Amino acid sequence: MLNTIWFLLVAVLITVYAILDGFDLGVGNLHLFAKTEEERGIFIKAVGPTWDGNEVWLITGGGALFAAFPPVYATVFSGFYLAMMLVLVALIMRAAALEFRNKVESPSWKRFFDKLFFLGSFLASILFGVAVGNLMRGIPIDQGGTFTGTFLGLLNPYSVFMGILSLAMFTLQGATYLTLRVGGGLRERVSAWAMRLWAAFVVVYLTAALWTFGVSPHLYHKYYAAKWHWVSIVLLVAAAAALPVFLKKGKYAKAFACSSLSIAGLTSTLALAAFPMLAPSSTNLEFSLTAFNASSTDLTLKTMLILALVGVPIVIAYTIYIYTVFKGKVDGTATGY
Amino acid sequence: MDALMLSRIQFGLTIGFHYIFPPLTIGLAGVLVIIGWMRLSRDEPLYDRMMRFWVKLFAINFAIGVATGIVMEFEFGTNWSNYSKFVGDIFGAPLAAEAIFSFFLESSFLAILVYGWDKVSKRVHFISACMVALGSLLSAFWIIVANSWQQTPAGFKLATDASGKVVRAELTDFMAAVFNPSTMPRYVHALAGAFTVAAFVVGGISAWYLLKGIHLDFAKKSLAIAIIIGVVATAGSAVVGDWHTRQVARTQPEKFAAMEGLFKTQTGAPFLILGYPLPDLGINKLLSVMVYFDPNAEVKGLDAFPPEDLPPVMFTAMSFHAMIWPGVFCLLFMVYGAYLLWRGKLYGSTLYLKTLFWLIPLPYLLNEIGWFTAEIGRQPWAVYHLLRTADGYSPTVPGGQILFTIVLFSTIYIALFALGLFLVRRLVLAGPDAAPVRKGGKA
Repeated sequence: MLNTIWFLLVAVLITVYAILDGFDLGVGNLHLFAKTEEERGIFIKAVGPTWDGNEVWLITGGGALFAAFPPVYATVFSGFYLAMMLVLVALIMRAAALEFRNKVESPSWKRFFDKLFFLGSFLASILFGVAVGNLMRGIPIDQGGTFTGTFLGLLNPYSVFMGILSLAMFTLQGATYLTLRVGGGLRERVSAWAMRLWAAFVVVYLTAALWTFGVSPHLYHKYYAAKWHWVSIVLLVAAAAALPVFLKKGKYAKAFACSSLSIAGLTSTLALAAFPMLAPSSTNLEFSLTAFNASSTDLTLKTMLILALVGVPIVIAYTIYIYTVFKGKVDGTATGY
Repeated sequence: MDALMLSRIQFGLTIGFHYIFPPLTIGLAGVLVIIGWMRLSRDEPLYDRMMRFWVKLFAINFAIGVATGIVMEFEFGTNWSNYSKFVGDIFGAPLAAEAIFSFFLESSFLAILVYGWDKVSKRVHFISACMVALGSLLSAFWIIVANSWQQTPAGFKLATDASGKVVRAELTDFMAAVFNPSTMPRYVHALAGAFTVAAFVVGGISAWYLLKGIHLDFAKKSLAIAIIIGVVATAGSAVVGDWHTRQVARTQPEKFAAMEGLFKTQTGAPFLILGYPLPDLGINKLLSVMVYFDPNAEVKGLDAFPPEDLPPVMFTAMSFHAMIWPGVFCLLFMVYGAYLLWRGKLYGSTLYLKTLFWLIPLPYLLNEIGWFTAEIGRQPWAVYHLLRTADGYSPTVPGGQILFTIVLFSTIYIALFALGLFLVRRLVLAGPDAAPVRKGGKA
């Protein structure tokens, strides 16, 4: 039971990360398309105060994985060594760009950090999907739970395509988020971007779903067996179908909710399909690291659950408060600091 | 070089660089709480200026701390997978707790400190400073819990596989693991070190303004706060350092022998002033008195332990002594500053102010050296008496890849350091009265 709860909690942490950091990653992917320096400043200001808190969900997810499923954390992180290091470099680029861009009033200074913000966001968006793709496909793990693959092995076509899926998903999330934070003609343009990104996301997602069936048919087994698993797919399809309708009607808050729900639908579909596997073995599914064979002790899981039940509601409460402080349209001229 | 050695180098470099930033985060957050409180109770523009300036410095420092900190959380898994598997049942929880109880708090409320000037009241701004400070104190707590468990593991049992081989440590008592014998002395000692850094940074920058004859009211008030914090922090550091050392003598005697450079087990052990390998200026029986309050107590020397269980003696002894005497100097220097402040002579004493400014790097160095003592003194163990560092690395990661990432991170960190220094210099030169930089480009 505790193992199942922690599998779900890790999935929830990753989902919340994908929804929240998803939009500031997306803004990073999009902001170079701004027409003027001023517009770009507005885009960045829309994520400036909150990006750091969003990224903490990833750190929490990593910490939870370490605490609840140490062999998974150890095997996957060391197995994905160079990819993980690339993620770190991308995150450092984003942190430096977002925190330091506005510190100096010089066009070339800003241009440099704008490029860094894009590069970091782009890399992180793709690598998220590449990592998930490899886990969906299975990674070479031997009987002793040791990773036997290589870095280049991680860059297989299927996983790279999953990277494109996460890129499309986060960029769509970023565009729908921006429709909430900008006004006037800029909003219409951003909304048009969101529309095109939605189409791209749908095409890429359908292709990825078919490809996944070819690569890891076992992931679909549960969907034949237990009907309630379909809930996540229904969520994904309904949210993704409603998104363009709301965009067209100018109901941007609902459009953003749909984009967020389709991310939740997608991650929960994958998590339910994989359960209880956390790191499926492509060598032999029997060697997979699961929530049951690769977990911490019950005492640790129980202690961690108490910590999470105390801490996370408080986090959610003040996160909502922070978002209400910074809600509304970003104007390009207000003095920050 | 093999993967093990390379992973050690990489961990040392990345943690050593990371720890340049957290002490100022912790200490300066405390300073912000004090200024925020003054700003609430006294309605003077001076406190607005102070708050704005020190928040800007805080934000630059915090950003680099965050950027380099994420690396640490990943590195246990990437470079120390065997270690992670061995300790995960215990070591992972404090890391997750640090994220839940601290990182969210710091990053969320820092947004209000930095961007919230026109959006929230002074009171909410002050509460946000308190939340950031609380977050930094909790962050230090949980990470020290994790590291202290490596020094003095408690609240666990060893689990074996079918063949009887030890596979991992398992939690048996969470509170015992959290409050293991070294947690509290090390936590308080690290906090004292952090506040010492803040005292020298805030004091040093203020001293520079006074020497230049600019921003005088700002500089005087900030300097006074810094000196008072400095006295408390350096005194606390010394007292707690002594407590911590006695704890090490009892819980990690071979580490203690290496720190003191005591080769032979003896009763009435002398206290070596300069420490190995420097000339043997010892005060008879003092070490026995300091540790056991008994001039004839026996203190275990290095000869009492198997050589393969000893840390590198020279480096441990040198860094330990390089922490003590400059640390004592910092204490005397701050006490003298407080005396000058009391006599009303502080703001005019050029020599003191100049010295204070040039001493800014010293507490940084002492914080680093303190960690050298702690971590090198723990060797050859990753977890004391349970897991050797040599058995903790990731066997599946090729050495070439680690070499590549060492070069990669070194390059990025040098760039980050230069960038941070450039921005702080700019900030200091612009001073507390600079017009706020506008967000979003055009005015």
